[in-house]
Amino acid sequence: MSKIIKYVFYDIIRNKIVLAYTLFLLLLSIGLFNLGGSPDKAVLSLLNLVLLTVPLISIVFATTHFYNSYEFIELLVAQPINRKKIFMSEYLGVAGSLSGAFIVGVGVPVLLFGASLTGFYLLLTGVFITFIFVALAFLASVITRDKAKGIGIALLLWFYFALIYDGIVLFILYAFADYPLENATLAMTAMNPVDLGRIIVLLNLDVSALMGYTGALYKSILGSLWGIGLAFGLLLLWILVPILSSRSIFSKRDL
Amino acid sequence: MITIENLRKSYGKLQVLKDVNVSFEAGKVISVIGPNGSGKTTLSKCILGMALPDSGDIKINGESVLKKHAYRSQIGYMPQIGKYPENMKIRQVIEMIRDIRKDVTTVDEELIGLYRLQEMYDKRMGSLSGGTKQKVSAALAFMFDPKILILDEPTAGLDPISAEILKCKILKEKKRGKLILITSHIMSEIEEVADEVMCLVDGNVKFHDTITEIKAQANEARLSKAIAKIMNGED
Repeated sequence: MSKIIKYVFYDIIRNKIVLAYTLFLLLLSIGLFNLGGSPDKAVLSLLNLVLLTVPLISIVFATTHFYNSYEFIELLVAQPINRKKIFMSEYLGVAGSLSGAFIVGVGVPVLLFGASLTGFYLLLTGVFITFIFVALAFLASVITRDKAKGIGIALLLWFYFALIYDGIVLFILYAFADYPLENATLAMTAMNPVDLGRIIVLLNLDVSALMGYTGALYKSILGSLWGIGLAFGLLLLWILVPILSSRSIFSKRDL
Repeated sequence: MITIENLRKSYGKLQVLKDVNVSFEAGKVISVIGPNGSGKTTLSKCILGMALPDSGDIKINGESVLKKHAYRSQIGYMPQIGKYPENMKIRQVIEMIRDIRKDVTTVDEELIGLYRLQEMYDKRMGSLSGGTKQKVSAALAFMFDPKILILDEPTAGLDPISAEILKCKILKEKKRGKLILITSHIMSEIEEVADEVMCLVDGNVKFHDTITEIKAQANEARLSKAIAKIMNGED
């Protein structure tokens, strides 16, 4: 399996998009840290930008990469290799190289300018988000054979998690404002990895004091080490469910 | 060596293979013929596990191969249209496959030499002509000395000299006791290399006989006429 991952890596490094992505993140982070203010503030702005761009780039890049490596996959399928292995190698290759780009692009500036627990959580969240959105991208790619359709589904997924979901949550919060919604909001957060990641980082910043009752509830549940563990466990679930279901679709499909 | 039992395969509503029962012996060259869309490629893809049959079984040396993968080390496959990663060079593709199949000790590079692929090692796969890609496919199929070879229209894009090289190679491997399945439309070529002909029509096996038997049955000296006679005679 490691052999196949090696070739997936070669292929990704050759097309330079990952390099551009690293540079983009590097410039963004250095810029924000140098803009003045405390490192915490920079981490906060970085968080918002990262949670918007990382899912988008991960999902679009992974979908196009999957369709473009169809020939590669077809070549390997005729060899004595388990199909699931080929699929997981593709996944780990793509998610690994994108995470590597993220760690270099955001991790190095965080380490240089504002190394703290919050910065560490930001990194960890970014890596998880990368793995989640690459998994969702692979799910979109195995559902349909048509490249345009696949990218369309991928973009729709991003749109849903990055923008539409928050709109729905806000709508529910307003519509049912007279009821106690603390636990419901907590559950709704778990349904969206982007929100989950945001809250993990926010709770480690002082700004969580501004988040009202719900914020206090979050803090009481997610503020502890146990809660953080639970949140990352949920993120892990967000990786496993899409990737395992797409793996089983892929292994039952005609090529 | 290969036994196919009650094999059925459909793509959506289109039933491509309807209850195919057939067996192939080692040391023979079997030519699979049939009109376009009669299920020839699907049959070879099923043997390779690239297409998954709806029902039925495929056995190699008595063991079912469905949902397995290790058996593919015994098969060399040359696809009808070889698809390769466009930005890889010929050298990289060959080295990658060799790297993946490191366990194989005997590597057969005869076709790489005969087709002079080394001279083109640094060309990108995307820039190759259809014929050159076919040569790479052929070289890869024969490389690991497999016991079974599945060649899907092997000479379709090749120039006459290269096709001749391939035919010689096929006959040479047959003498070494291999089972070779060839799908082809060129009757003269089939007559040259094949021992048996299996004809698929609409996903059913129309006939499966040795060439001499077919000729005798139709009372024709040429295979193409004999086959045409059988096909028309039964309609």
